Parts: sequence; C-alpha cells; structure tokens
Amino acid sequence: MSLLELDDVSVTYRIAAGEVPAVRGVSLTLDSGAALGVAGESGSGKSTLAMALLRLLPKDARVGGRILLDGDDVLTMKWGRMRAVRWAEASIVFQGAQHGLNPVRKIGDQIAEPLLVHGLAKPDAARKRVTELLEQVGLPAWRARSYPHELSGGQRQRVMIAMALACSPRLIIADEPTTALDVMVQAQVLSLIKELVAEQGISLIMISHDLSVLADVCDQLAVMYAGRVVEHGPSREVFHHAEHPYSKALAAAFPTVGDPVSRMAPKGLGGDPPDPMQLPGGCSFHPRCPVALEECATLDVELWPAGPGRTAACVHARADEEVS
Amino acid sequence: MTAPLDAVEPAVQAAGSAEEPQARRGTLRYALSKAGGALFSIAMVIVGTFFVFRLLPGDPVRNLAQGRNMTPAQLDLERHRLGLDKPLIDQFFDFVGDTLRLDLGTSYEYKRPVLDLIGERLGPTLLLTGTGLVIAVSLGLWQGTHAGWRHGSRFDRFSTGASLVLWSVPTFWLGLLLMMVLGVGIGPIPGLFPFRGIESIDAPDGFAYVLDVASHMVLPCLTLVAVVYAQYLLVMRSSLLEEVSQDYVTVARAKGLRDDDVRKRHAVPNALLPTVTLVFMRIGFVVGGAVTVETIFTWPGLGQLFYEAVSVPDFTLMQGTFLLITVAVIVMNTLADVVYHMIDPRVRSA
Repeated sequence: MSLLELDDVSVTYRIAAGEVPAVRGVSLTLDSGAALGVAGESGSGKSTLAMALLRLLPKDARVGGRILLDGDDVLTMKWGRMRAVRWAEASIVFQGAQHGLNPVRKIGDQIAEPLLVHGLAKPDAARKRVTELLEQVGLPAWRARSYPHELSGGQRQRVMIAMALACSPRLIIADEPTTALDVMVQAQVLSLIKELVAEQGISLIMISHDLSVLADVCDQLAVMYAGRVVEHGPSREVFHHAEHPYSKALAAAFPTVGDPVSRMAPKGLGGDPPDPMQLPGGCSFHPRCPVALEECATLDVELWPAGPGRTAACVHARADEEVS
Repeated sequence: MTAPLDAVEPAVQAAGSAEEPQARRGTLRYALSKAGGALFSIAMVIVGTFFVFRLLPGDPVRNLAQGRNMTPAQLDLERHRLGLDKPLIDQFFDFVGDTLRLDLGTSYEYKRPVLDLIGERLGPTLLLTGTGLVIAVSLGLWQGTHAGWRHGSRFDRFSTGASLVLWSVPTFWLGLLLMMVLGVGIGPIPGLFPFRGIESIDAPDGFAYVLDVASHMVLPCLTLVAVVYAQYLLVMRSSLLEEVSQDYVTVARAKGLRDDDVRKRHAVPNALLPTVTLVFMRIGFVVGGAVTVETIFTWPGLGQLFYEAVSVPDFTLMQGTFLLITVAVIVMNTLADVVYHMIDPRVRSA
C-alpha cells in the first residue's frame, strides 16, 4: 500500500479581493521508502501543497480533496489525532538556514522537544537521543548546548534534519532544504538527506525549484505549474527528456556542470507565472509556451499518458503518445 | 550538480572542531563595563546640572525676597549665606563635593535639606507610580499578547482601539473627568472615591489605614494606567506579530504542540524580549513621579514637589529632584542592558 496518497487536492486562499486558487486538483502517490520531488517556480503552489499535508496552512486557506497518510484522511482527522501524527509520523525539514529554529533556545532542547511532546522519551533518554541524532548529521554532541546563531547556515540545516529525524517518522517533507546554502554546503546537505533516508527507509517528499537537485535525490518527479501537476514520471526521464515545455524550460534554466554551451547561455523562460486570480483559459501555460498551438487557449489539458510510467499535461505529449 | 555530490567533504569538518569552546563568562565583564559607562554619564549629569541651573534666568536671592523690602546690604548678606558670592569655579567644586557626599543643599523655600524633602516624598511616589506601572505593564502585555495572537479579531480591534484612544487623551483632562465622575459624583450618582491627598484627615490605624490609602490611590492610579498602558500593548502586539510570522512558530506547530503551547513556550517568551527594555526604562521614570497626576490629585509625591520647586522657583530643590530623576533613569537603563544581556543569547555572544 502506498504511504501517502493525494487525491484531487486543492487549496484556495480567501483574501479580501476574492479567492486565490493556489493548488488545483493535485493527485500523487508515494510508496513506502520512495522519494518524490516536487518542482516549480515560486507561486506554483508547491510549498502550499507541502504545508497542506500536515494541515499547517493559515486559517484563511480552504483545502479540498483527500490526503491519505497510511490510509487515514489527514483533512478529516480530529485535532488530537492530527497533533499525534505531526512529526511522529511525518516531519518537515524547513529552510533552517533562515528562521526555522527558535533563536533564543538551545539546539538540543529544540531537537528533544518533539520527543517530549509526543511522550516518546523521558528527559534523560531524550538527551541521549539528541546526541545520537547530532552524530548522525555529523555534528559534535556539545552542539546541543549551542544557540542557532552560533552555527553556520549548513550546520543549522543539519540541525533541522536531526530534528526531523527525532521521532523516527515514516515520511519527511523537505521544503527547499538547500535553497539558502552555498553550493558546497548544499551538496553536503543533499548527500546527507539521501543517505539518511535510504538508511532508515524513510519516505521523502522534496520540494525545490532546482530540477537538477531533485533529479539527483528523488526517484519520481512531479513538476507543478500554476497549482497543477503538469508532468510526472521517473526523475531521470523527466529531467533529461521532459515532455512538457515548462519542464524543459525548468531543466534548461540551470546550466549543466562542465557544459560550456549551457553555461554561457542558460535558457530561461520569458514572462512571469500567471496571477492565480486571473488564470488564462485552456492550458494555463499557453501564454508563455514556445510551442503553443491555437487550440491551447481553449483546450482543457489534463495529465495524459506520455510514455511508460509518465504523464504530461500537454497536447504535444498526447499527440506523441497517440502516434507511437 | 551531480558531480560535487560524490566528492563530499567529511561532515565533521563542516561542523567545526569536536571540542567545545570555552564557556562564555562575559556577563560580569559586560555588567562592569556598562556600570562604568553609567558612572561616566552620572558625572556628566552632575556637571551639566550645575551649569544649566546657573544659566537659568532670574536671581535666586531676589526671587526669595519676593518683593519684600530688602536693602542691598541684606541681599548681599543673603547671597553670602547661600555661597552665591563666591567665584563660579569655587561654587562648582563646592557643588560637586556636596553632591558626592549626598548633600543636595537646602531648599530656599522650605529652609530644609533637599534630601530630607525628597525622602519624605519618595514613599508616596513609589507607591503610586510603582503600582500604576505594575498594573499598566500587566494589563498592556496581557492584552497585547491576546490581541497579537488573535490578530484582526474583535478582541484585537476593541482593545487596541480603546488603548489608543486613552493614550491620545490628555492626562489632566482624563484626571479631571475621573475626578468629577467617580470622585465628586454626577447628579444622582454619588462620589465613590476620595480624590484629594493620600489619606483622610481623620485617618484610622492598622488595616483600615491601608484601605484608606488604597481608596485614595484608585483615581490617580486609574488615570496613570489609562494613559500609558497602550504603549505596552502596542509593543507586545507588534512584537508577537513579528514572532508569529517566523518559520520556527510553524515548526513548533508541525512538531505537534498544542496552539496554547506554541504561544506560551515559543512565541510569547521571544516576543517579551523587546518589552524588557521598555519596562526598565519606565521604572527609571517611576522615581520622578507623575507631575500632572500628582498635582491634580494633590498626591504628596516627588512630581508635586518638582512642580512646586519650578513654580517658586526653588533652584536647589529643582536641582536635587532633577539629579535624582536623571540618576534613576541612567541606573535603570544600565540594568535594562545587563538584564537583556543575561536573557537574550544573541546579544550575549555579539
């Protein structure tokens, strides 16, 4: 059975000016021990989706559809059960280099907090577990007595990871875990996540705008645009042979290491993501699409099969499939 | 991106040395350096006070004479008695020496040592403004916490609005209004609280005396609290709003903490930090009393004493109260710095 199943999940923010659809009907599944990457620009709804998984969105957000975690619907859970699920079954790695850690509390206390809250350990045992966790992420035990500002960005991100592992969850949601870090530290943190997830058999959902990072860590990749999944499939395939023009643009936006051609001329994508309150009709991507057809402005695109284990929401992908 | 992943450095190297650095024992040193700074400020205040009060217009001796018929010889004699005929530099050293010996001179008006006068008035002032501060701080921080936590709620709009209205009201106006409504009484409503002085003329003994003083305190205290609590509310509210928007609060919720615990364990303690400085600075001003409120309610405190000294004008008395207030503010500012240093680890290591 799959560990996590998203069925037609939608998130709408209600603001003074009206309703803002941030996520529009996303369906994804994640198997136990698998790693799924969710890619997209800022405003594509990827972080909103991540927060919805543990119902961490602000009150003005309406979440629809079903989010089944181990068969239990997160959206209809009682609050007590929800709190019990949080961190113990699914934890989150935030962008810790910024403000994910309480600035005036010792790191050890912050790592131990979920253990104590969930009654998984007495203070003494929790202290031991903190030492163990710090070791796992490559930090010396005395760091438990440090404050966040005494650590570098990379060290803080390691602390965030140690914290996420504290209750031995089955699922970790990593929201832009390497975004504010420099490249070398980014590489260290990524390999640490990869290693720990593989070692402990934890499932992973990783969110990033960087397709190459996701392709490196995850088995499956979902590309989001304007609140929808526009392409889904095995990560190598999606990264190297994208079907959707948006995925292609996203993959090309990062120069390939050692390829001077792509380095000198990284292919970006013109225009801005659409205003979610005024989405274009038909395929939401058509105004920015380099290969848009006339019908794209009116056609209702959906995720069509696009090769083995792959789907893409593009007329071109569908056409290819029908031909072959 | 793929290439550097395989060549990852050993994690420990990135994590720094395995040895814990020396424990920080900077607090004492910090406190001493702050105290040194405070002493310097106080010295400057003593020097400044001397010259400022010598620059004030008006001849103290003539003011004391107050139109009484005095011959120039008598005036000179008086001048000599007060030491005002000495060269300025001698007067200055006398003043500094006296001040350091805590001799603040003799009041022209009361013909008594200024220090004694201040001592008499300090008690009532500390009682009134101290009580007022405690109530204003508790009320402001409590309302600020709830207004900030449920920001935009009816409670938030009502309490923030009400506090701002009260803050904008002139103190003397609110004081007189309260005095009329709750003190004198309007129409059929009788006056509820006494509004003159600190005790009744025929004050009883024992516990009844405490009640008597307490009932005298109600109106001045109410006025004091009403006009100042808004600043604690506003600082706490905006400070909490800022904390709540931080990621670590979301992390705390994601960890499975109850909403109340997120507030009590994470958001509120952090939001309280900026209010510490504000409260300590206010404690400094407590000593100075509240000139307007004490004058309206004829409360025998330092504020009223200062007001009398200015209206005479009684230079030594003004000088003495002025010195006392400035020193209190400096001391409290220093304490605020030291306390902040002890409770906020970010400042400690900076």
